[in-house]
Amino acid sequence: MELTLRVNGTLYELDVDPRVTLLDLLREQLGLTGSKKGCDHGQCGACTVLAGGRRIVACLALAVSYDGASVTTIEGLEDHPLQRAFVEHDAFQCGYCTPGQLMSAIGYLAEGGTADPDAIREGMSGNLCRCGAYVNIVAAIGEVA
Amino acid sequence: MRPFEYSRAADVASAVGAGRAGARYLAGGTNLVDLMRLGVETPDRVVDVGRLGLDEVTETDGGGVRIGAGVRMSDLAAHPLILERYPVVSQALLAGASGQLRNMATIGGNLLQRTRCVYFQDVSKPCNKRAPGSGCPAIEGEHRGLAILGHSDACVATHPSDLAVALAALDAIVQLAGGRTVAMPGLHRLPGDDPSRDTVLEPGDLIVGIELPPPLSGPQRYRKVRDRASFAFALVSVAAAVDGSDVRLALGGVAHVPWRCFTAEEALRGGASFEQAADAELADARPLRDNGFKLTLARNLLVRTLDDLTHT
Repeated sequence: MELTLRVNGTLYELDVDPRVTLLDLLREQLGLTGSKKGCDHGQCGACTVLAGGRRIVACLALAVSYDGASVTTIEGLEDHPLQRAFVEHDAFQCGYCTPGQLMSAIGYLAEGGTADPDAIREGMSGNLCRCGAYVNIVAAIGEVA
Repeated sequence: MRPFEYSRAADVASAVGAGRAGARYLAGGTNLVDLMRLGVETPDRVVDVGRLGLDEVTETDGGGVRIGAGVRMSDLAAHPLILERYPVVSQALLAGASGQLRNMATIGGNLLQRTRCVYFQDVSKPCNKRAPGSGCPAIEGEHRGLAILGHSDACVATHPSDLAVALAALDAIVQLAGGRTVAMPGLHRLPGDDPSRDTVLEPGDLIVGIELPPPLSGPQRYRKVRDRASFAFALVSVAAAVDGSDVRLALGGVAHVPWRCFTAEEALRGGASFEQAADAELADARPLRDNGFKLTLARNLLVRTLDDLTHT
């Protein structure tokens, strides 16, 4: 099926099988491998991207149903304050969940999320970190909020 | 994922026209896409109902509020009319899923999500809900999170929605395309000997909206107990709403349906204590081997929530 998608400012006209998820489209067809495939069931948040400015899990999004949407992935960030805060606070270890954590944190702040640690933990509960960098992730987001 | 034909409906009439048996309506996709990938759902046609314009929250002439079926969970939870007049709805929505999923999932889809029983989601296992007549391994197996009320020899699954529990307490009306309505908690059905049917809807039925009756006069609360503090399904939850001297109560996580507590409500009207009312509601509970704790939890949750709401 034909599909038009704006990703990180670039307009793509694509032809996709209706079974293809937005995550697979980004990674396999557009080569944007920053968005990670973790659980592929919407539970880990590693695939979090912004669609229309709002955070979603790309693994549960059929690409065809996002026809015409504007998507931002981790590749679309340029020296974002959250990126610097993650580095300063050592808010990752292996880094696999980090793109999803960052995109989700951007969404969280856009939703009016505050610097309150409890609110950050609740607001970021859709992003898992198997290395357990949560304490520093909360601190990094809190600094930017 | 099995191949399917995809179409995007331009209006409600064409959606319903395409939504025959064997088809599935796609809204947020957060449950359906997952189940399709697992092979649990194998529609030959997927009808995208995401652009039907059913995304408004408006006041009704009768003093209530109408919610379009396509409104996202996050948008409804933050809507001023809901926060001000139906706080139990907002609390229930925010107690469910994650920030990302709430931005995707819709109100109509939320009510129609399927059970998270592990056997239902695993196509290598028998399951009477997924494959009628194949059996129910949950009765003797992994059932810690499953039903204590209203279950049958065929199915002990629970309905996972938090929103449905709040809507059941508020007597919300589910509006279907074509004008038919179903009053909560009547949308969902007990499993009986046909657990394949979660609801009273027929193939092709499309939820287009929810109507909330005029707001009640007293405080409201949604309280959810789960294994971790966030992003987990309820072990037991309660929605409670005070209306003058009356109380509306519903339990989640305990049955195949959002469990409206008519017995407890009646007992309270008759002067029963909170403990007596909770015991009356749970008198017919039949816990399974590993979920007897839910009985204590449900009783304590009912009593404590009633206590909190009436001593503010």
